Amino acid sequence: MLHTVNKSPFDHNTLETCLKYAKPGSAVLLIEDGVYAVAKGTAVSKQLQDALKTVPIYALKPDVEARGMQNRVLDGVKLVDYGGFVDLVAEHNTVQSWL
Amino acid sequence: MPIVVNGQTIETDEEGYLANRTEWNEDIAKEMARVDNCELSQNHWEVINFLREYYEEYQIAPAVRVLTKAIGKKLGPDKGNSKYLYELFPYGPAKQACKYAGLPKPTGCV
Amino acid sequence: MSEMEGGIVKKFLYVNRKAPYGTVYAQESLEVVLIGAAFEQDVSLAFIDDGVYQLAKGQDTKALGVKNFSPTYRALEDYDVTKLFVEKESLEVRGLSADDMVVPVTIMGAQEMAEYMNGQDVILSF
Repeated sequence: MLHTVNKSPFDHNTLETCLKYAKPGSAVLLIEDGVYAVAKGTAVSKQLQDALKTVPIYALKPDVEARGMQNRVLDGVKLVDYGGFVDLVAEHNTVQSWL
Repeated sequence: MPIVVNGQTIETDEEGYLANRTEWNEDIAKEMARVDNCELSQNHWEVINFLREYYEEYQIAPAVRVLTKAIGKKLGPDKGNSKYLYELFPYGPAKQACKYAGLPKPTGCV
Repeated sequence: MSEMEGGIVKKFLYVNRKAPYGTVYAQESLEVVLIGAAFEQDVSLAFIDDGVYQLAKGQDTKALGVKNFSPTYRALEDYDVTKLFVEKESLEVRGLSADDMVVPVTIMGAQEMAEYMNGQDVILSF
């Protein structure tokens, strides 16, 4: 399953719940305000690093760049463009869009 | 498109459903039926009253499939079937009966 | 997936995570469930985080002047939607239990719920 998160982790518990539900074999893609979670040295960095041990985490590059987060991305988080987004959707049987 | 019942003007939406559910009374139902060339019998009222009770209880007008099943449960299988209900309400039991009952159009009904 | 009456039956899970009146998500979700029921699929509903408040007993919206749609969850049975799962952890942190719900529900831990989610064909998130 591909999980997407589009809310800032500092405003919503969406990311927290998503990471609780993301099982090995699934992937997490951060989009829109969800990409604020990728930055180093934040209150949620540890959560993200722990999650990276079991599931791959991606962030949508145009959203990351638009928000000026591109030079602060945590090691291990992969940036994808729109084509990569489509590939991720195609690679997984189901998509869960956490709101 | 408002309708006039007993000298009172009652607002309805463009499809003839009551704008304000709380304004409903039996004369309004009769007038709506008259416009459709339908005279309300005891059997019609049974369904209309059932719908009003269902809405009161669950806050929705049931889909026709659900209505048919629920009528069958309450009034028996000779009434809980589409043939019987469509004969009473040829425009569609949920749609037409809900209108006379002063309820909104059933969810999912197009 | 299984074949039934010529059509394919898929497992649909509606995930509800928002409280009922602050946003329109909860009511929209319920409406989609009611409409979707006509397609006779294998439907279940999950209530997680503030979504559990949708099922809380005692909702009274008279003074607020909006529709109280909590009684409608009790009609889901008529629509053959009977699998309602509520996440245990979400109830606990809100001081709620199964007795506080307007309908009979199955309480599920997050781990079990995550596995259940993994077994679905379609997930609709609200």
